[in-house]
Amino acid sequence: MTQQGARWTADQVLALAPDTASRKAGSKLGAAGPWSEGGSSDEGTVWGLCKGSGSKPYRTVVDIADASGPAYKCTCPSRKFPCKHALGLLLLWASGDAAVASGTAPDWAEQWTEGRRKRSAEKRAAGADGSPAGSADPEAARRRAERRAERITAGATELEQRLTDLLRSGLATAEHAGYGLWEETAARMVDAQAPGLAARVRELGAIPASGPGWPVRLLEECALLHLLDQGWLRRDELPEELAATVGSRVGLPTSAQGPPVRDRWLVLAQYDVADARLTTRRIWLYGSDSGRTALLLSYGAAGRAPELALPVGLALEADLLPYPGAGQRRAALGEQFATAAPTAVRPPGVTTTRAAVAYGEALRTDPWLTSVPVTLDRVIPTPDGDSWQLSDADEDAALPLTPAARSRPGLWRLVALSGGAPVKVFGECGHQGFTPLTAWPAGEGIPIHLS
Amino acid sequence: MNRTSAPADSPTSGAWEELVTTALLGTDRRTPPGVAPGVAPGVAPGRDAPAALLDAAAMETVRRRAGLIPARSAPRPDPAPEDPRPSLPAPAARRLAMLLADRPATAGSGRRGTAPDLVELLPQWLATANARGFTAPPETLPALLDAARGRTDLRPSALAFAGPRALWLARLNPEWRFALRATPGGGASLPHLDDTEKVRELWQEGLFAERVALLAAIRADAPRAARELLATTWATERAEDRLMFLDSLRDGLGDEDEPFLEQSLADRSRNVRATAAELLSSLPGSALASRMAARAWACVAVDHTRDTPTITVEAPHECDAGMERDGIAAKPPAGRGERSWWFGQLVEATPLGTWPARLGNRTPEGIVALPVGDDWQGELHAAWCRAAVRQRNAVWSRALLGAPSAPEAGGPGAVSLAERAKLLSTLEADERAEWVAGFIATHGLSEAFQLLGVCQVPWAPPLGQAVVDALNIARDAGSYPWSFSGVMGLAERCLDPVAANPLDGLLAVPEEPQDASPGAGGYWAEAFQRLVTTLRLRAAMAQELGVEREESPPAHD
Repeated sequence: MTQQGARWTADQVLALAPDTASRKAGSKLGAAGPWSEGGSSDEGTVWGLCKGSGSKPYRTVVDIADASGPAYKCTCPSRKFPCKHALGLLLLWASGDAAVASGTAPDWAEQWTEGRRKRSAEKRAAGADGSPAGSADPEAARRRAERRAERITAGATELEQRLTDLLRSGLATAEHAGYGLWEETAARMVDAQAPGLAARVRELGAIPASGPGWPVRLLEECALLHLLDQGWLRRDELPEELAATVGSRVGLPTSAQGPPVRDRWLVLAQYDVADARLTTRRIWLYGSDSGRTALLLSYGAAGRAPELALPVGLALEADLLPYPGAGQRRAALGEQFATAAPTAVRPPGVTTTRAAVAYGEALRTDPWLTSVPVTLDRVIPTPDGDSWQLSDADEDAALPLTPAARSRPGLWRLVALSGGAPVKVFGECGHQGFTPLTAWPAGEGIPIHLS
Repeated sequence: MNRTSAPADSPTSGAWEELVTTALLGTDRRTPPGVAPGVAPGVAPGRDAPAALLDAAAMETVRRRAGLIPARSAPRPDPAPEDPRPSLPAPAARRLAMLLADRPATAGSGRRGTAPDLVELLPQWLATANARGFTAPPETLPALLDAARGRTDLRPSALAFAGPRALWLARLNPEWRFALRATPGGGASLPHLDDTEKVRELWQEGLFAERVALLAAIRADAPRAARELLATTWATERAEDRLMFLDSLRDGLGDEDEPFLEQSLADRSRNVRATAAELLSSLPGSALASRMAARAWACVAVDHTRDTPTITVEAPHECDAGMERDGIAAKPPAGRGERSWWFGQLVEATPLGTWPARLGNRTPEGIVALPVGDDWQGELHAAWCRAAVRQRNAVWSRALLGAPSAPEAGGPGAVSLAERAKLLSTLEADERAEWVAGFIATHGLSEAFQLLGVCQVPWAPPLGQAVVDALNIARDAGSYPWSFSGVMGLAERCLDPVAANPLDGLLAVPEEPQDASPGAGGYWAEAFQRLVTTLRLRAAMAQELGVEREESPPAHD
């Protein structure tokens, strides 16, 4: 068990599961019983034969030596990805079971791993050398971009008209106008190729039904939408960085292009936001040398887990490529230099006061930000009427939890972890409050995910 | 996030209120602040007002958000009490997380497959962890409390393992209130039992649960002190409370409790009277026991005039006031005759040790072997069974159980399987296991389920072997394994994990005999596969918790 230190925890493995049923099925297979001829290599391959209901056992192999998350191969017919066999095998590996002791991979596992690594190396090489798609004809690309900008401008202008009409007749009328008006406007923003505007408009439609205080929220969101429209319409007058932020807020496609930042990136949080069509996975990273906090996004079609999986508590040595825009946290994963492995490093934390200041400062470069990533140090989860707050252990200050955070089961894990004593908590801090995502117990101990 | 927003006396808050009011009413009805009508030359008055309002609101919104400051802290919760128990070893903590993750089981999802049923292993895991004295990882407490809420059978062990921090947590979440009720005193710390003043204070002013906990704690330590404490307030307690308090005397019941119990025979509440009588009857030396014996003796005799000595029964003809005072329920349940009902209660409350003297100095075996006249055998033997269980009398239990290989042991004899299971529970663990092993060897598994349930876990080697042999025979007979799924499930949880290796031979799919059910062999292989896997998993679980191997009773030979 010499590489025990590099093993993942069961939680980290189970975080890879595409759904609850897979978690459950995978857990059951995380025992030596059905497995045979298993093993693991120091390069990060785990393999084994799993006896299923058929006569031939399934061949399962997992390559964990990839920063973008493990790659899986299994001969079972499941369409889940990773399948329960891959999860079970990883759990077995995580528990240090002798059934997957260190060894030499059999040919079938070796061939797949090699082929895969070769392919992904080729892909990376092609991505680095190859020129961006579509730039074969720069003139045509420029014309396309211009046409799109014109359509967005027309959409923004129309939206401004809608907003001023609304303000002229009063927000009170919005309560009766219903959802349809906004849905129609949102559809027109989609036609205008401004998905960012469309999403904001759709949210406006939901506000009048959102309970007490809705007029304030509606005015706030209308005003910020107006600000975005105006920013777009006068983007030529804006500083370049702010213009880029406005562009990405409106919904112009951007790609990571900043110079790569190499660091040892600690995975702070990973959680999925799903709607009917799309699962968006958000992964927060903290660079232990640079002190930067970065966001990776990965998408999966409905019902499928996004491909990128970086369980909390791992750290990976890698390049991140920042996206353009002022105060932009988003980045893309570039080249990786070592396998993701558990780490005892924790991000430094701040007080609640400092966290509120950090949000305020971030608004200077991006006034549309709803929250910023923050690690709070020495806070105590404190009941506050029907709600909860994170209260500084050493001063009389506290951040309320967001309504969404209050209804998550993670809240109770956080409260239990704290037991009334100070803990370190990473989360998103904004005008609606604080959303805890990960917590570290006092003293030693692994991070506990709360999302 | 109102509490976090800029303080109400901020100079900008008035301007914001004004903006909101104007926005609600509309600029057609109200001019936004700072916009003079006709401010822009060449534009009709009010034309620019909405845009001006939006500009101002955007600035205010960003200003308000950027100016957020933390709220004042609400009173922080008292810290959870210290839990001095050592923390779980890391592999055991991982295992627990896995067992708990499996919790939302959907029952009856068809065939059981080859994978172990993790939910079923949680009770055993908790029992071992409790025996080893580990504390629960704090972040698992919500899941443990949820598991305990869903399954009452899991509650005592889950709450014991979850410890004081779980009770601290339960006070913050109404969904976990059950934990406060289930744990006497709700985790409130009991005073030091030597602190007479504090004890008296809690006894007189505490909540009911706290008082029950206090009484039980004192009773465990000093039975007499508990009784004396109880006597101080007895007369003023409510009937339900008296019943609960009286019941707490069951632990450590002794002859010196007799006067108090005898007094309670005259209690106002019928339930209290009945409980007092029941407790007295399990004290063989009590006056009540001898009164009962005298009554029962009058009903039972040996008739020597027949070819073989035979027990004759003459059930009581009335339930007099004295009998009622001694706890005999006069009114039988529907469908039972009064006289046999009274008779059964008399025999049940009679000390078993008095019967040999009455019935010709025979041993219990000799007495049980006597024929009983006029169809009274069932009634009499059943009453003796209840008495043997109530009085924890192993000698009589053994006699009433008879030989496990006896033909009537497997069927509906005078003593039912349920009664046998109860009788078995009065025997030592190894004797119990041996009896059940003998039973299974003769009668097979179909009737054994109840009996297996009272055997100590893990099963002693002869019992485990008997079960495995019987399963093997059932397989060879060609039936389907799900006829035995109950026993199979028990075996997964109760077989000693060291039995796993010898089972490897059963994993192969056997050739199907002519008359076998189609495909049964494969299903059996699958069932044995799951059995072996589960046993290995249990061995791993025990090892992770620092147990060399599961504790098993001393070898019996």
